[in-house]
Amino acid sequence: MNKAAFAGNDSPESPVVRRLRAGIRARYRRERRFRRLGAASLVVGALFLLWLLGTSAFKAAGAFSQTCIAIDIALDAAEFDGDAPYQREAIAAAPYNRMIRAALRAAFPEVTARRDKRRLYQLISDGVQYHLRDRVLADPQLIGGTHRLWLLADDEVDLLIKGRIDRNLPQANRRLSDQSINWIDRLQADGRVERRFNRHFFTAGDSRDAEQAGILGAVMGSVFTLGVTMLLAVPVGIAAAVYLQEFAPRNRFIDLVEVNINNLAAVPSITFGLLGLALLINFFGMPRSVPLVGGMVLALMTLPTIIISSRAALAAVPPRIRQAALALGASRVQAVVHHVLPLALPGMLTGAIIGLAQALGETAPLLAIGMVAFIVDVPGAVTDPATALPVQIYLWADSPERAFVERTAAAIVVLLAALAAVNGLIAVLRNKVEKRW
Amino acid sequence: MSANLATLAGWPAALAGLLLLTAGPAQAREHIHIVGSSTVYPFTTVVAEKFGRATSFKTPIIESTGSGGGLKLFCAGAGAAHPDFTNSSRRIKKSEFRQCMENGVTDIIEIKIGYDGIVIANSRRAPRMALTRREIFLALAKDIPSPDGGESPVPNPYRTWRDINPDLPAAAIEVLGPPPTSGTRDAFVELAMEGGCQSFKGLAAMRKTDQRAYQAACHHLREDGAFVETGENDNLIVQKLAATPNAFGIFGFSFLDQNADQVQGARVDGVAPEFENIADGTYPISRPLYLYAKAAHIGVIPGMREFMAELTDEDTWGEEGYLTDRGLIPMPDAERAQFRRATVERLRLDLL
Repeated sequence: MNKAAFAGNDSPESPVVRRLRAGIRARYRRERRFRRLGAASLVVGALFLLWLLGTSAFKAAGAFSQTCIAIDIALDAAEFDGDAPYQREAIAAAPYNRMIRAALRAAFPEVTARRDKRRLYQLISDGVQYHLRDRVLADPQLIGGTHRLWLLADDEVDLLIKGRIDRNLPQANRRLSDQSINWIDRLQADGRVERRFNRHFFTAGDSRDAEQAGILGAVMGSVFTLGVTMLLAVPVGIAAAVYLQEFAPRNRFIDLVEVNINNLAAVPSITFGLLGLALLINFFGMPRSVPLVGGMVLALMTLPTIIISSRAALAAVPPRIRQAALALGASRVQAVVHHVLPLALPGMLTGAIIGLAQALGETAPLLAIGMVAFIVDVPGAVTDPATALPVQIYLWADSPERAFVERTAAAIVVLLAALAAVNGLIAVLRNKVEKRW
Repeated sequence: MSANLATLAGWPAALAGLLLLTAGPAQAREHIHIVGSSTVYPFTTVVAEKFGRATSFKTPIIESTGSGGGLKLFCAGAGAAHPDFTNSSRRIKKSEFRQCMENGVTDIIEIKIGYDGIVIANSRRAPRMALTRREIFLALAKDIPSPDGGESPVPNPYRTWRDINPDLPAAAIEVLGPPPTSGTRDAFVELAMEGGCQSFKGLAAMRKTDQRAYQAACHHLREDGAFVETGENDNLIVQKLAATPNAFGIFGFSFLDQNADQVQGARVDGVAPEFENIADGTYPISRPLYLYAKAAHIGVIPGMREFMAELTDEDTWGEEGYLTDRGLIPMPDAERAQFRRATVERLRLDLL
């Protein structure tokens, strides 16, 4: 090419070059803008997540500690039937409530009016008598002596100690009277009020007394429900996906099945609950409120998700793997089971986990089959009545007592932690078994 | 690998086995099963918990299904597969009662457990409001009788409370309340809205001539943003009110009682929503709460009789019982005695 001509055409002043340069600059600008937009949306998402985690954790912090009050309780031997060694029945039947009340009166001897006494008794949680019973059952040596025991305070007292009740409000506008606050202040000055780790929150079932309410019942309910879901949905879902992807003939019927599966994945979850109610409870006569039914319903709900993602995982395995296996004399089943399935497994696992995580957070289908319920006893089997974690959050959020606000937040934190743990586990598993080609 | 295939094929069989195992006639239950109103739920659950602790019976299981849903389940039949009690924040309807009869639930015990006031509350940071039911109606009805005395109703023109009554604050009308599925909403519409509606001669006359049009005029709440449906979660309403001083919320008395440091109830027709005023009936927006028992289950489901005894105990529902600590308004002595007798003597409810 003629150099002069080249230089002439391409000289910096040439309008063509200028237009090209401007075009390139504009393109770079657009690309930069696009990248920044992507990063910005990531930041927005992260901010929302931080906000959710931050507010939940902030509100929940209080729920992990609980106010206790030390009271000198006289476990008078006369209150127990028989003589030492005491029978278990005698210990269980002793009037602990009376002993606790006597101890409270002894701590504040000036309280005599009936109304005031009633208020005094309310400083201590209602469930303390049962805790005391369990303590004495575990250690009968306590009988006959006077012991300073740390007892669970009432939720109102707890809120006061945590600074959630404004002392400066007129008495009529708060749940604790001036008198009660005065008592608590005196106990506190004596060093008899302490915030301790809230063990009950992790070891107890639901309760209408906030200070005794725990999340174990709901956690166990979720574990049983998801266990049933996993046992049913994962094998069935994977088997269905393998058949549809690898073996099914291409005909109208199979097309119809596929359309239906995609459809089912988008059906609102309450529909599955109603199906469970009609089929499992009304037709098969299975009991209400049990994780077995809940797990089956959630299995139906997650099945389409698992099938669709498992099929995608199978489709992503290159055809050359199958062809190589077949060429070496493997049968079609052998080719799939020995070669394709192991390669697709990480993807299938991810799909299964996404389905199960969805099931973990679901409440609507559980409403129809009676799992949105007040259940105190911690379930021990899939046929015991139970709720689930998100249901517990919903029920606590709707409780009038203020102390449930922090418990609701704490339950949300527990649910989020469980979800994070499940997803983290899967990330680790997938990295371990994932194969690349 | 054939073993793998066998397990794969075995799954449908295992599933069928699982179904068969739990299917068949429902076995006798060991726990009491209660369904129904979310308004009564906070009270029955407390009783259930005490009952479970103090006796050797299992703690009853209480579902929160709403009054209507509860009665539907309750009336579906007798036998262990169906609930033993249902909570209701209104009385059973004739149609529901008939449904019960048709399904073999012929022996129902009606237990009124107490009263609940519905309050219109705002944040303590704003001045306390005093409203009449007529003003409540004018603030919240979708259509109101024309303010200039015209015949036909006009879409609600009021934007601020001052537009309705010059003595009220100039703040925009913003009321948070429960959705139509809620028993609290039903009661509010019936007692407050209809109460206000009756104060208009034309509308009150319409009640006799055209029941339908009357209900449409009196029961329809605004849909232009002045009334905000906030879901069944009353606690959320309380939290929102604390944050927005100009907003009002509609919820049950127990929520006001538990959150009296943050919200205050408006006087209605000059009466403050206080314990005594609701108990003696002077506060106009209050309703009875019920528990319905299936008498046929007494002696079949363990603890039925004992649970009713716990509920009707003076320490439970009396003037100083533990339910009053939770915001339940107790019935007068005579009424308590009457419903206690109903449970002891298994008095059969007859509405037809």
